[in-house]
Amino acid sequence: MAQLDIRGLVARYNDTTVLDGIDLAIDRGEIVSLIGPSGSGKSTLLRVISGLLRPVKGTVSLAGETIDYGDRRSLRRARNRLAIVFQQYNLFGNMNVLRNVMVTPVTIKKRDRREVEAEARTLLEKVGLGDKLNAYPDELSGGQQQRVAIARALCLKPEILLLDEVTSALDPERVGEVLDTIKLLAAEHMTLLIVSHEMAFVRDVSHRVAFMAEGTIQELGTPEQIFDAPRIARTRTFVSRILGHRTAA
Amino acid sequence: MLAFIAAEIPRLFTIYNVILLAKAAVTTLSLSAVGCVVGLLCGTLLTLARMSRRRSLWPLKALAFLYIEIMRRIPFLVTLMTFYFGAQVLGFNFSPLEIAFVSTSVISTAFVAEIVRTGLQAVKASQIEAAEVMNFSVWQSFWLVRLPQAWPIILPPVFGYFVLFIKDTALASQAGVLELTQAAKILNTKGFSASLVYATVLLLYFVISYPLARLGGHLEKRLGTARHSRSRRTV
Repeated sequence: MAQLDIRGLVARYNDTTVLDGIDLAIDRGEIVSLIGPSGSGKSTLLRVISGLLRPVKGTVSLAGETIDYGDRRSLRRARNRLAIVFQQYNLFGNMNVLRNVMVTPVTIKKRDRREVEAEARTLLEKVGLGDKLNAYPDELSGGQQQRVAIARALCLKPEILLLDEVTSALDPERVGEVLDTIKLLAAEHMTLLIVSHEMAFVRDVSHRVAFMAEGTIQELGTPEQIFDAPRIARTRTFVSRILGHRTAA
Repeated sequence: MLAFIAAEIPRLFTIYNVILLAKAAVTTLSLSAVGCVVGLLCGTLLTLARMSRRRSLWPLKALAFLYIEIMRRIPFLVTLMTFYFGAQVLGFNFSPLEIAFVSTSVISTAFVAEIVRTGLQAVKASQIEAAEVMNFSVWQSFWLVRLPQAWPIILPPVFGYFVLFIKDTALASQAGVLELTQAAKILNTKGFSASLVYATVLLLYFVISYPLARLGGHLEKRLGTARHSRSRRTV
């Protein structure tokens, strides 16, 4: 059974169809990356999965349980099983680093404070921010904020982690530190659905890569297949353009 | 002239007159305090009603919108007189002071509601989304994320308004309420120098409003600026 099973997913912003029949199944421990031009629906797919945008058609199932986005309890159960890391980090500006990581497990999930604090400290240590526990988000660099956001997501102990262009708001020199953190997760066999423009990284960590355009998955395959031998012209053009730019840069 | 005023000082500050001024100062202070507290509480509630996305609260939302938009556009004196004469017409036997309490609260609620709304809306929607996907309820998201971030934005204009508001309470004298301006009028009518009487009242208004302005500044610094004023660490 797939850990995340998406079938015939359609979503709209007002009258514009932004996802037009997405089918995607991700197994436990699998890392799938979504690539594609801006506006192709990659981030929207993560927003729909996490319930920030309600689909108009199709289903999303987590470990066999279909999410009913109209039902608060069903959505709550689903959100307990997944976590999302946003492009703009979205750390709570009124809380220090440690509280940002602890607030949901302690206040919302009602877990033992001491146990959570120990976990939070370990996670922040792991992402290299053990010395920033009392810092506020606006005192950290973008890369550091993003690593706190990853630690916050991990402290929720999600079954699946959604990463939405986690490096796109960072300076090039900060990208590496975040990608290294994600590689650590990949090494621990966590189920990841990644939206990224970092092609080298995508190729390096993903088990499968989906190329999206115009709200649909145009091609899905192994990184080698997508980057070295794409089946359709659209993927070929996108990959060669991106890789060409990266090479030129 | 100055010598004349100086000579009048001991005559003005008799026990009777000091008690009159003290009573008036307490009334001004009470009107201001009630206006501020009711304004802050009811203004916040009104804003929550106005910002609610629940369909069932739509009538309340519409009422809140109308209340805020209308009451902010009516001069305080007009509101005061409307309540004053309206109460008489409807047969209610309220004292001028009670009418003044209601009027100040009604006006203050509308103004504070608008300030609170802009403060709450200044918090980025992405902060609320982050709370939402982590299963915060609407109230948890409000108390833990939105309100703490909005306070530093809300406080400076709210306290600025409160200081202005203390001065507005002088208009209650038009309804016969014995507050500071009315006390000045009475003392002036009794033959005391207008310059001396109004200068005394001016000082009393300052003594009432200055601590409030300082409190606002202190809270603003404590809730907002203090945290950000620490040296920013580069990484």
